[in-house]
Amino acid sequence: MISILGSTAIAAAAVSSLAGLIFLLRGRGRGDQRLIDRGHRAVIALFVAVTAAVVALEVALIGVDFSVRYVAANINRATPLLFRIIGLWGALEGSILLWAWVLAGYAALVAVRYRGRHQETVPLALAVLLGITSFFLLLMLGPANPFGRLSPAPPDGRGLNPLLANHPLMAVHPPFLYLGYVGFAVPYAFAVAALLSRTLRDEWMTVTRRWTVAAWSFLGVGIILGAWWSYEVLGWGGYWAWDPVENAAFMPWLVATAFLHSVMVQERRQLLRLWNHALIIVTFLLTIFGTFLTRSGILGSVHDFTQSLIGPLFLIFIGAVLVFSVGVLLLRRDEVRDTGSLPAYVSRESLFLLNNVVLLAIAATIFVGTTFPLLAEAVAGVKLTVGPPFFNRLTVPLAMALLVLMATATLLPWGPAPRGALRRFVGPGLLSAALVAVLSVAGVRGLTLGALAVIIFAAAAQLAEFHRGARAMGRAEGRPYPLALVALFSANRRRYAGYLAHLGLALVLAGVAASSAYRTESDHTVSRGEAFSVPGYLLRYDGAALSRHPDKLVVAAAVSILPPTALEAVPSRPAAAVPALATLYPSERLYPQQRTPIPTPAVRSTWRGDLYLVLLAVGPDGAVVLKVITNPLVPWIWTGGLLMALAGLISIWPGRRG
Amino acid sequence: MMRRARLIIAAVVVVAALIYVIIGGIRGAVVYYITPSELLAQAEQAREKTIRVGGRVVPGSKTWDPATQELRFRLTDGSATVAVQYHGAPPGLFTEGQGAIVEGSWDQAGVVRARSIIVKHSEEYAPPTPRP
Repeated sequence: MISILGSTAIAAAAVSSLAGLIFLLRGRGRGDQRLIDRGHRAVIALFVAVTAAVVALEVALIGVDFSVRYVAANINRATPLLFRIIGLWGALEGSILLWAWVLAGYAALVAVRYRGRHQETVPLALAVLLGITSFFLLLMLGPANPFGRLSPAPPDGRGLNPLLANHPLMAVHPPFLYLGYVGFAVPYAFAVAALLSRTLRDEWMTVTRRWTVAAWSFLGVGIILGAWWSYEVLGWGGYWAWDPVENAAFMPWLVATAFLHSVMVQERRQLLRLWNHALIIVTFLLTIFGTFLTRSGILGSVHDFTQSLIGPLFLIFIGAVLVFSVGVLLLRRDEVRDTGSLPAYVSRESLFLLNNVVLLAIAATIFVGTTFPLLAEAVAGVKLTVGPPFFNRLTVPLAMALLVLMATATLLPWGPAPRGALRRFVGPGLLSAALVAVLSVAGVRGLTLGALAVIIFAAAAQLAEFHRGARAMGRAEGRPYPLALVALFSANRRRYAGYLAHLGLALVLAGVAASSAYRTESDHTVSRGEAFSVPGYLLRYDGAALSRHPDKLVVAAAVSILPPTALEAVPSRPAAAVPALATLYPSERLYPQQRTPIPTPAVRSTWRGDLYLVLLAVGPDGAVVLKVITNPLVPWIWTGGLLMALAGLISIWPGRRG
Repeated sequence: MMRRARLIIAAVVVVAALIYVIIGGIRGAVVYYITPSELLAQAEQAREKTIRVGGRVVPGSKTWDPATQELRFRLTDGSATVAVQYHGAPPGLFTEGQGAIVEGSWDQAGVVRARSIIVKHSEEYAPPTPRP
């Protein structure tokens, strides 16, 4: 029943999508407003139909209807409600449906928001969005049908992959990722529409600026939450492995970041038109490519993926988008030619161009490292991987260059650098020199010290801009400093939100640098009541307990953090008697659908860093094996990443002077 | 026109440098993924390189001593089998009879000294099926 409803909804969505495409293109061709209005309504109908399909799948998931193959394959009766709901994006078919839903939602928003405005472009942009949606609907009508049936229905399902059912972050990471990924379709559609219609020469970016920034912020949140999930669940104490799945999300974010900067040059100087078109096209292509990488099964083996139609269909679609976009760009290349040139070698404009070069170099490096194994297997038949050393060796120096550019571009004004601009470097320079001296006394050395110096300088440059602006405003308007700071921010929200995002990046990179350089890891076999020490902590194992849950068995070890002085202060008193500062419960979870238990780490975070415990084994005699990782500044990564995304959203939040 | 020419030259230089660095970087960082049969067939070339060997953990071959943290097991691809030694506890999801990939080097004694063990797990999880 549900599968019939769902399949009907998808068929209805496909019909609306194609009908809308025809109405919009014909209506625009003939200048027939009634047809265009009908096209707008078809977009709304498409969104309603895809929403109905999502509701149908959710009803099947929540009601554990195992006659739907997707439900039987991904959840079981013991799956808790939250994880039944998020089963929607637990596997291929559901995530394709989510993609289509988000895209239909964006298209409907465009249709509602721009009704009657930009008559030349909006119908075309909507048509492009409908074309993309049609591809995803086609996937669901064919090889990725979320409503495929299973007859007879099995008594119970297989259950969600325990790694996905292990942490509530799974409930929010994929939706944000998809909101980001799919969001770039909107500026892409407007860019193509602007080219095709020869209108909105520079305006399309301002029209879509909010969309681009929103997509960028959502994608950033998605990436950070993914890293966080990997850290909290996988038990390796790391957050980034240059895994193709991670890279797939990171590449479009990098190119979009380049785009966000270079559009400012186009807005101010009407330059870099061709470049900006190319950047948004590449961003969009990378989102499709990322979906292809993670969803076609190509990562398992190049040869596996041809067993389903999904991979080849994706490749054809990517090829079609590429040919179409490049074709349109070449066709209109005279329209997007720049008339002027950059004002000076040393100016904010030229630094933005360099920033673009560095960001694209990072993206290109990651692209090559990610696709090289696929090419090697497809062409030469050898299986190989490109390890993290490759990515680290290339991206770390590039990231440092990016920070230097970020600091310099923040301190320099637009246009040719005036005499005396160097003076602005003095304050942040002195501040960071002092901090670096402190770090050096604290024992930070070598490359880590160098990296932290660059990071601190980049952060100080942002703070200096806030300070300079607030002081000037305070003097001019006679306001006290804190009020001037607030007034400054709200009067130039976009600019200062940008600096806030820069600060977020500095926090992220500080966390990455510190946790890469000063992480410690050790394994301990301990019996009950035994105290042991790791760098910075004195710990005691207090015994393990078994608990039963509907969907799993949990064995948790209690590990107490003792005051560091506990042993020295009262050597006569046994460690077992010392009261604990805090207790952590690393556990092993045994799911019926999996034979081996899944270790679930326990993490204690402070602003200085994390204590990360993994229960590796429980022996018959009550002894346990614990992996203990100390990871400095890791919380800075989450804070900084979320700050960046928040800054993006602040900059586009509707307001009087948005 | 001068400006344009300079811009093109700069772009070419940047792209060439990037390609050079990327190719150089890839060469040093490629890790070949081989099966136990391939490893035994090219035993000499494989020495002193970082390799990834993938296979199934032979049932009954796993020994782990929590005191010394020594983990030993054998990996097979059906036709050939190699011994693996690893210092540390078996990772989560590591089970005899299941797939595993180890990364490490191939020593003189014919043992793979694993630096890391990667357990294969797919997102769409299939229940254990009895093997013939």
